Amino acid sequence: MSNIQTVNRKQNKKLKVEVGKSRLRSYKWLLLRRVTQLSILSVFLLGPLFGIWIIKGNMSSSVLFNTIHLTDPFVFLQTLAAGMMAENTLTIGAVTVAVLYFLLGGRVYCSWVCPINIVTDLADWLRRKLNIKSRLTLSRNNRNLILMAVLLAALFTGTLAWELINPVTLIQRELVFGMGLAWVFVLGIFILDLLISRRAWCGHLCPMGKFYSLLGEYSFIRVNAVQREHCNDCMDCYAVCPEPQVIKPALKGDAFSSPVILSGDCTNCGQCIDICAQDVFSLGPRFITKKSETSQSGVSS
Amino acid sequence: MESADNKTRQQRRRFMENISRAAGGLALFSMGLGIYSRSAGSFPADKIRPPGASANENEFQSACVRCGLCVRDCPYDTLKLARYMDDVALGTPYFEARSIPCEMCEDIPCVKACPSGALDPLLKNIDDARMGLAVLLDQETCIAFQGLRCEVCFNVCPVQGKAITLNRSHNLRTGKHALITPLVHSEYCTGCGKCEHACILDEAAIKVLPLTLAKGELGKHYRLGWQEKHNAGKSLVTPDPEHQYNLPEGVSYDYEGAGLEIKPVDKTKEDETPFNKSALDRLNQGLKK
Repeated sequence: MSNIQTVNRKQNKKLKVEVGKSRLRSYKWLLLRRVTQLSILSVFLLGPLFGIWIIKGNMSSSVLFNTIHLTDPFVFLQTLAAGMMAENTLTIGAVTVAVLYFLLGGRVYCSWVCPINIVTDLADWLRRKLNIKSRLTLSRNNRNLILMAVLLAALFTGTLAWELINPVTLIQRELVFGMGLAWVFVLGIFILDLLISRRAWCGHLCPMGKFYSLLGEYSFIRVNAVQREHCNDCMDCYAVCPEPQVIKPALKGDAFSSPVILSGDCTNCGQCIDICAQDVFSLGPRFITKKSETSQSGVSS
Repeated sequence: MESADNKTRQQRRRFMENISRAAGGLALFSMGLGIYSRSAGSFPADKIRPPGASANENEFQSACVRCGLCVRDCPYDTLKLARYMDDVALGTPYFEARSIPCEMCEDIPCVKACPSGALDPLLKNIDDARMGLAVLLDQETCIAFQGLRCEVCFNVCPVQGKAITLNRSHNLRTGKHALITPLVHSEYCTGCGKCEHACILDEAAIKVLPLTLAKGELGKHYRLGWQEKHNAGKSLVTPDPEHQYNLPEGVSYDYEGAGLEIKPVDKTKEDETPFNKSALDRLNQGLKK
């Protein structure tokens, strides 16, 4: 099996060159994501650094052009659990953001917005390059439990208990409001992901990721494997995917199953699209099942 | 059949094991988080929350989403967001009166900016804000209590002449001077901290404390006699005896009022006096009569 894979991987490298999948194209989604992440962060920084206030606040809650309120729905949910009847501005902001991610894919937040993704992606890339093997395998269930615990703690203490230690909002806040000791958490997450367990933070522990995964369970934009019969089992997509368990049902399902990656855990990061030499994957609307089936049969016949 | 039975039993055991492990983990983690929030979530007495924040720290922390919009809209850079390892709950706004006090903006931009209601949107008049209460903590070092003229806190107070008044008393040390000492009135003090900021001592003698720490509270059953009497219009216990005074004619005494009153002598009756108007004439008269 592994022999076939290595052979296929070598073939794929050749194939990429033959097909002319340019370097730029094989980094298309990665570049787009980095540009998006850094632009969002820059827009937040334009105010404090240059006095250009396009957006004010931080990723927990902010106001765009001094009119449109945006609030992280996960933080909002915690205020609800803590027993706070929030002001309308907060509620409207949270609903706005929730609707956005409901349509785009919840974990688009993780891979296209959250700056910590840059750190964990780097850790994962280094892990592959340096061939660091996992010492510890965490259960992906941990994040479900942590999410529940976060809400329970808010319910029982009547405060946003998780926000006292949430490294995600902490890092985001200190990036915008001036860096204190948040870099300790950045380093911690980097080391955790690099040396201790693959994709430990974003894929196994972070309750925010899980919340957004639940939010985007039925999202409209999804990655699909419409060209799945071209798959040559190189396993490249599994190697790069931060949530590899989501690929199999779409890629290896039977002829009647949907080629769309339906799991909310998928972050729509597009790394599978970038890596695949066979162009199996693409990003598109959720409801393409029937259409793709016919196009697939058209190709095969 | 038996092996199948065994298998389901094993599955059931594994299921129970997983469930109990998850439940245990969940309970431990949420409990740990709860306990941590107890210690990390308390608010230190030397820091002040922005105007409109609930005096109940728990209530404030249930509402504040740590967005920093109040900090951004504070025109005087008074407000700060707590960073990691600060002694204030992570990401929540606060200020230190001694470094930058609250300037008490009339339009209260920080409250306007708050999206969550953690800073009470019903606060429209900054004079109604109760961020804390200024307390003259140390009379031993406050130079006004040493008999020196200072009054800086009185002069910088934005609720001038109301929140801090000057109290005059006798200077026992010199025996002939006055002590002019500041006195804070909780009815008017907003807790802005300008007095603490301006205090001329190396370490301020007047400090803004959280209301919960600064204010005493009379037992709910306790009644102050004179207030009850004032409200009822008469004594509720035993009726006061009528005061009677044996005073010379034209002199009266108003108890609990103007005090001793000497009525001016009626000019028309002045002539009726048997004595001469001028004292000198009276003396010159000698013992003629």
